[in-house]
Amino acid sequence: MALLLSVLEQGMIYAIMALGVYITYKILDFPDLTVDGSFPMGAAVACILIAKGVNPYLTLPISFLAGALAGMVTGVIHVKLGVRDLLSGIIMMTALYTVNLRIAGKANLPIYNQENIFDNRFVNALFPGFLEKYKTAILIFIIMIATKYILDWYMSSQSGFMLRAVGDNETIVTSLGVDKGIVKIIGLSIANGLVCLSGCIFANQQRFFDISSGTGTVVIGLASVIIGTSIFQKITFLRVTSSVIIGSLLYKACVAVAIRVIPASSDLKLVTAVLFLVILVIGGDRKKKVKKNA
Amino acid sequence: MLELKNIHKNYNPGSVNELCLFDGFNLTVEDKQFVSVVGSNGSGKTSMLNIICGSIAVDSGQILVNGEDITNKKDYLRQRKIGRVYQDPAKGTCPGMTILENMSIADHKGKVFGLGRGVKKQRMEEYQEMLRPLGLGLEDKMHTKVGSLSGGQRQALALLMSTMTPIEFLILDEHTAALDPKTAEIIMELTDKIVREKEVTTIMVTHNLRYAVEYGNRLLMMHEGKAILDKCGAEKMAVQTDEIMRIFNEISVECGN
Repeated sequence: MALLLSVLEQGMIYAIMALGVYITYKILDFPDLTVDGSFPMGAAVACILIAKGVNPYLTLPISFLAGALAGMVTGVIHVKLGVRDLLSGIIMMTALYTVNLRIAGKANLPIYNQENIFDNRFVNALFPGFLEKYKTAILIFIIMIATKYILDWYMSSQSGFMLRAVGDNETIVTSLGVDKGIVKIIGLSIANGLVCLSGCIFANQQRFFDISSGTGTVVIGLASVIIGTSIFQKITFLRVTSSVIIGSLLYKACVAVAIRVIPASSDLKLVTAVLFLVILVIGGDRKKKVKKNA
Repeated sequence: MLELKNIHKNYNPGSVNELCLFDGFNLTVEDKQFVSVVGSNGSGKTSMLNIICGSIAVDSGQILVNGEDITNKKDYLRQRKIGRVYQDPAKGTCPGMTILENMSIADHKGKVFGLGRGVKKQRMEEYQEMLRPLGLGLEDKMHTKVGSLSGGQRQALALLMSTMTPIEFLILDEHTAALDPKTAEIIMELTDKIVREKEVTTIMVTHNLRYAVEYGNRLLMMHEGKAILDKCGAEKMAVQTDEIMRIFNEISVECGN
């Protein structure tokens, strides 16, 4: 039961990140590695603000904005300076490592003794007794669902249509009198905002910031998106955003099972890599991307 | 009125592959003219369209629209007043979006794409009314993704979409070349109907000499970056396909085709 709860919590936190990866990878067709830097950025922002005594709920919008800024810089590097997509992400991922250290002040920043979005007087009064141990999962669920609906709402707006169009057919965006570069920058900003928000929630739940927590985020994100979109795309009543969320939960469940069967925790990254490869092959998602972005 | 003045364009300057395409090219297109452009491959037809739309930059020269110099205007700003249909039916529509969504974005062309709803449901019936005359049954498939339509259906939709908002120029870039003869015929008739109804200034590049002769009120034949034949009005009406074919063969023989 405790394991299931932990998988749910982690899966839902990473689902928000996966929604961001969905925007870049599936909609913009942009393999964005900035994610590996913007996820721990959210954690750094959350921990330093909470350590300084800022209201924990304020860390959510602030980290979204911080991530959006990082995504915007990636976009500007790609669009305005003409650096190819993969390299723009690598540059930002590398730069963000230092930025994150500067934000947090050190490589490890625990906030065990401070209040956070899941543990404060108000929340504790709201979830008494037996509900206590579900409060984190319930709160994450609320944030995740709200994020999903806001994203759905945005994607069906005129601006969201342009975002979908630019990944589909850049030519038409130009012919509609819209600067496709700006559309890409907006997309990268929203995507990294979501990733950073996810990192912020992660830090609130784990109660610490660790500089290495971002390593492999993009793999988790891509795996979730591919599981979600390739397995559930046939179910038409399900929105893509919902599929991505389910994908994230399934992926976390797979990893949880894998951890129990592997001999040592040091093998985890290898297992993750193999799992990702299996998902890519089964999901049938490899050829197009290799051709386009290699 | 569209004017191209003294256009110079070199491809790959400074390399062994240097290709001088336009060396002082001039063209004036009057309002409401329907210009058919023919010419062999590499004669500069599509480059001319790209220069007008801003997809490629010129080395020197001026592009004027109603007297305003747009030579350095960004492509997306220019295209707010230009409708363009490409040879590839995939280029004029978004395959991952439905017919309704595609028409909604086309309807919004040139305006700010903000947070307003992307699909205006109340406009749906108007869109269906626009699709009905095509006779392709698209009006009953409003929620179908455009990617699953045939090339002809997509091209008809692309043509419709490019002319939904008030535009100054319609640019047709071999827009029937990828279609089967029957569909090409339908698209061509639709083109003519739209051009007449909207009285929009049109430049159509085509490899089909018969279309070039049958449609439009001005005929331009291009060869090596120059207009070697330019007939309009009554002169154009008198032109026969055979005559164009003869001239076309002559220039082709010259370059050894």
